[in-house]
Amino acid sequence: MCTVCGCSDGATRIEGGEHRHDEGHDHAHQHSHAHGHDHGHDHHHYGQEPARAHAPGLSQARMVQIEQDILSKNDRYAAANRSWLATRGVLALNLVSSPGAGKTSLLTRTLEDLREEIPMSVIEGDQETTNDAERIRATGARAIQINTGKGCHLDAHQVGHALEHIDPEAGSVLFIENVGNLVCPAAFDLGEAHKVAILSVTEGEDKPIKYPDMFAAAGLLLLNKIDLLPHLDFDVSRCIEYARRINPGIQVLQVSARNGEGLDDWCRWLRLQREARQIGHAPTGSAA
Amino acid sequence: MHEMSLCEGIMQVLEDQAETQHYTRVKQVWLEIGTLAGVEIEAMRFSFDVVTRGTLAEHAQLHIIETPGQGWCLPCAKTISISQRHDPCPGCGSCQIQITGGDEMRIKELEVE
Repeated sequence: MCTVCGCSDGATRIEGGEHRHDEGHDHAHQHSHAHGHDHGHDHHHYGQEPARAHAPGLSQARMVQIEQDILSKNDRYAAANRSWLATRGVLALNLVSSPGAGKTSLLTRTLEDLREEIPMSVIEGDQETTNDAERIRATGARAIQINTGKGCHLDAHQVGHALEHIDPEAGSVLFIENVGNLVCPAAFDLGEAHKVAILSVTEGEDKPIKYPDMFAAAGLLLLNKIDLLPHLDFDVSRCIEYARRINPGIQVLQVSARNGEGLDDWCRWLRLQREARQIGHAPTGSAA
Repeated sequence: MHEMSLCEGIMQVLEDQAETQHYTRVKQVWLEIGTLAGVEIEAMRFSFDVVTRGTLAEHAQLHIIETPGQGWCLPCAKTISISQRHDPCPGCGSCQIQITGGDEMRIKELEVE
């Protein structure tokens, strides 16, 4: 895939697969870049190519209508990921939150609770370290870490490569734990079925209106760490009202990854989403 | 702060289009950015200058057309204008609003040679 996709982010590292991808990325990038530049340079000075030659002294400037979304390239990768996941009946969820909201704890707890029942794997996104992937692997689940380097979000291209490495089994659930950031990941479709926003009650209840893009993009909001509510001034109903003001259709569940409160509903949501995903994707061997 | 990534996205489109549309230099770029797109215009200008350095769009002039936010108010059943995602409907005060415009990020046209 690297040879055709024109990888552009040399700082990205994928860990946990069979080989590192960063060298290929750098090479592809430098090659295509140098080519484009030299070409432009020659043409600009000498105007040698017949198909594009204009009368000397006249400007060659012209207008080109583009009408393309800035994120169209990301969206194309996202569409490819989505179709790859769909043909395998894999439910992919993009978990987004600020740093420290408890994404990884919620995930490890979920993996432990459901491991006998549902095959699951994880793509972990962080700027640096493989700590989170190691925490996930300690539960026995398969995990792959993407280090985004300076990047503040995962993009569909990185996730596409990670999918090749982790190769989630048909009918499984794939969690994509995005970089902890309530701003940038909102704009980047990864090909997931849903974005799941996690907000902890140790944060401000006005986060949904402070960071509206993320809550507008999410289908489900998990209000985490509710075991701490007795010690805080967090107003749950106001927070939910803010979230619904941004996104009238958002579902909200109150959970605690620590004491397990509310996790039954979350697991039920997961089962139902997975089942819905599998309709039309009967496992190999049974009738379609 | 994903303006840098957005500008890299713009560069990818410019480089892809250079082949199909046969140009070797981009002199001006017109973008359409909605007020609800979550894009900081000044950060976008800064990132554009950085990202285009040493490329076919070096020194290109960036024009940003800001498009207004628009929503469909469900109770009023009509189109309203909004400036922020959490704005209530100016008519009925409801927040049952679906965003219908102003969240786009598009490259509209280019001047090239």
